[in-house]
Amino acid sequence: MKKITIDPITRLEGHGKIEIFLNDEGDVENAYLQIPELRGFEKFCEGRPVEELPRITPRICGVCPGAHHMASTKATDAVYHVDPPSAAKKLRELFYCAHMIHSHVAHFYALAAPDFVLGPTSDPAERNILGLVAKVGLEVGGEVIRHRAYAQDIQAVIGGKATHPVCGLPGGMSKAITEEERKDFEEKAKSEVKFGKFSLKLFDDLVLANKEYLELITGDIYTMKSYYMGMVDDNNKVNFYEGDIRVVDPDGKEIAKFKPADYLEHIAEHTEPWSYLKFPFLKKVGWKGMVEGKDSGVYRVNSLARLNVADGMATPLAQAEYEKMYDTLGGKPVHATLAFHWARLIEILYAAERLLELCQDSEVTSPEVRTIPTATPDEGVGMVEAPRGVLIHHYQTDEKGLVQKVNLIVATVMNNPAMNMSVKKAAQGLIKKGKVVSEGLLNMVEMAFRAYDPCMACATHALPGQMPLEVVIRDSQGNVVEKLSRHLPSEPPEVRATIVS
Amino acid sequence: MSFEPKILGISCNWCSYAGADLAGTSRKKYSPNVRIVRVMCSGRVDPIFILKAFKAGADGVLVCGCHPGECHYAEGNYKAARRIPLLKKMLSQLGVEDERVRLEWVSASEGDRFASIVDEMTEQIRRLGPFSRNNGGSENG
Amino acid sequence: MAKPKIALYWAASCGGCDVAVLDTNEKILDIANIADIVFWPIALDFKYHHIEAMEDGAIDLCLFNGAVRNSEQEKIARLLRAKSKVMVAFGACACFGGIPALGNFTNRAEIFERAYAEAPSNANDNGTFPQTLTKVSEGELELPEFFDTVLTLAQVVDVEYFVPGCPPPVDIILKVVDLFATGQLPPVGAVIASDKTLCDECERVKGEKKITKIYRPHEIIPDPEKCLLEQGIICCGPATRGGCGQRCIQANMPCRGCFGPPPGVIDQGAKLVSAIASIYQGDSEEEIAKMVEEIVDPAGTFYRFGLSDSMLKRKRFQQTEGRT
Repeated sequence: MKKITIDPITRLEGHGKIEIFLNDEGDVENAYLQIPELRGFEKFCEGRPVEELPRITPRICGVCPGAHHMASTKATDAVYHVDPPSAAKKLRELFYCAHMIHSHVAHFYALAAPDFVLGPTSDPAERNILGLVAKVGLEVGGEVIRHRAYAQDIQAVIGGKATHPVCGLPGGMSKAITEEERKDFEEKAKSEVKFGKFSLKLFDDLVLANKEYLELITGDIYTMKSYYMGMVDDNNKVNFYEGDIRVVDPDGKEIAKFKPADYLEHIAEHTEPWSYLKFPFLKKVGWKGMVEGKDSGVYRVNSLARLNVADGMATPLAQAEYEKMYDTLGGKPVHATLAFHWARLIEILYAAERLLELCQDSEVTSPEVRTIPTATPDEGVGMVEAPRGVLIHHYQTDEKGLVQKVNLIVATVMNNPAMNMSVKKAAQGLIKKGKVVSEGLLNMVEMAFRAYDPCMACATHALPGQMPLEVVIRDSQGNVVEKLSRHLPSEPPEVRATIVS
Repeated sequence: MSFEPKILGISCNWCSYAGADLAGTSRKKYSPNVRIVRVMCSGRVDPIFILKAFKAGADGVLVCGCHPGECHYAEGNYKAARRIPLLKKMLSQLGVEDERVRLEWVSASEGDRFASIVDEMTEQIRRLGPFSRNNGGSENG
Repeated sequence: MAKPKIALYWAASCGGCDVAVLDTNEKILDIANIADIVFWPIALDFKYHHIEAMEDGAIDLCLFNGAVRNSEQEKIARLLRAKSKVMVAFGACACFGGIPALGNFTNRAEIFERAYAEAPSNANDNGTFPQTLTKVSEGELELPEFFDTVLTLAQVVDVEYFVPGCPPPVDIILKVVDLFATGQLPPVGAVIASDKTLCDECERVKGEKKITKIYRPHEIIPDPEKCLLEQGIICCGPATRGGCGQRCIQANMPCRGCFGPPPGVIDQGAKLVSAIASIYQGDSEEEIAKMVEEIVDPAGTFYRFGLSDSMLKRKRFQQTEGRT
């Protein structure tokens, strides 16, 4: 069959490529999202002292190191059977809200917004952060940088560095914050709440008010009926830091709610020989392949999933936006993949409101942020909602606290089956008999995975230029028949080829 | 043809080098596998020397110093006494067998002892094989 | 006059070095003004074939982060080397191996076994492992080859400059760009950071270094003013290059060596063995055994970021083990 290769896919974390196979009619027979990287954390953490894992595991991802740091720290609490002081937990959650803000802001403005604000098939020369700034104004760019910087600053003060923080220890935090620091955080948090509202308004004005985009969001190409998984608090509201895991079926009905420590009863991982990344699924439903629907164990995590599984948001402004989204999109659960972007913005607002709540809690400056562990370490699970979904760290140690076994289930992997399916569905919907494979069309295939924010937040400021993309079309012998590409900024855009057999 | 281990012997000037020298002047027959380097004190032995020796082709490293309490510089051998065991623990994590690095106290009169240490170490390492054979797959990828 | 061209690439990396470039905040716009970024997969959509089409040396500065641990990363390292005038090993992974280099404690067989077979969440009864070539009903799919050993960038291609750190701090990143833009890059081979150890910039009070017990960081609450090492917490500062702003120290946590060895030290781990053993007070066999016992993970602590760069480079396995 003819093969269309997109390599590498870009504007996401890590390396990946998409292979699209066309049958003789020129329709998409199948599409594969291959992830060619692996580093082996689950093996090389063996033998390390468990208290060092919160400093090693953040290197899984430099965009969400805070998430790994938190999940890991909580796992070490569990391994040592130690309960940190209340102030330490609040301080951790405060740090964590800032982390969520940084990650979501970076993703939305750098990756998502250009597609929506400029348009999916708009001129690639403009479909980037600079085109966005030109359209909405230079002020916005400055605001985005500033608010991501605030979020990074808060993390750096608490954790030493924002990228790869060091403050988490079994039993607490390595240092407390001062009143001066708290006041500064409070001012920043207030500004973040405003920015959260502003971002949603921007989305409203530029996306929701545009009928064409609304149709794109609700259209079939980007819809997938799946199960959803997310963390909820005791009131079944979205919580990033602490709670139980809840799973709902494609109709929105709860089918499971469990403690993080019981994850093995619910989550299993399938392997394919053509990707280094595994394919998690719901154990009780079973692996039926990459198919939609209630009979398939494929489930999704990340922003939209979190909102789908919860009964609401725990803070008022975010709750109002939550209700608005479901009213607009026809009730719960929402299966529209592009709505992940909308849900992400609602989460920025929630994180900002929660950040402000914690900044205004006087306990957060308490110097009592450490409990020294005394129990013999053995095994523990730590879980948080990473920006990209459920994140599980599971450690087993010997009696000295040296790691024997590590199991990590990292948010984006849980969306691997769904991303494959979304890419295939988009490709099948967009590439049909004899249709010219244009650059805009290719971008629309990419949009299918980009909505998942696959483990990467990138340039808050992407740089000037088009969105170059290469499509290599091969015949059945593997010979290159045509190359289709979008170009570098200095050259005019040019569509060079269509598919030939 | 059996493999001939190459052992680097780092000996301190005051006691252990003299002891090794005594083995020689006494016409003691012992394994010819040690190459001796003289330092002023076993405390001079930087763990880097040992790693460099392995990288340069040594199959084993023998560090000799004065008996505790007899160091010419009072405390130098105590530094060696701490550095070498810690290094050995680190090396064991890197798959380097315990027998390949050895710390011994040899006095100036212990020519016989020096010889028998070398004999013993040579046979142990002959059994283990060359250092470079133990390799976790390709070093270059 | 055409603007100089800059490329950024990530190999076995976490993305943190790219985020660090973004943490220059508004200054990234200045960078965009003085140079054209022609390749940056995390941010821009230029593809490999755009690089392949360039003339050799067309790229003026390449900031390459991440270690090399598969065939695709090696290929792109060589490709970018050919197309770049100046190659910079950017970040601890490219410089020394970084955290991915902890993979040199193991090998491909063990990593695959754990990830795809042994892990408790696996549902992989037919023992499916990723393959470099897979035939599916529609055609063929390829994956790069996963190496046994993690390599630094300089172990694969020639490198002009080294920017250490995990990630490099913003002030050093801006310094690198500034030196490049003003044509003031130092002599080839330079590490663009401090020439002294972390201890030199650490603001804690240093007294006499004599310890009789080693504590793991969660075992005590350290005095925030005093040197951590003097309180018995292993800190890699004495054998780590400075320039990082002592960020971890300020968070009350000890250094783990991400800036690599200081000038003149060719093996960071061996130097730390020497340093820690020197300051520990203990002469009897029991005391020495106690010290060795208390240092629970010397290789993983002293080579935390630099196993690829160390003299031995990786763990040695018996011949019967090794790649499958």
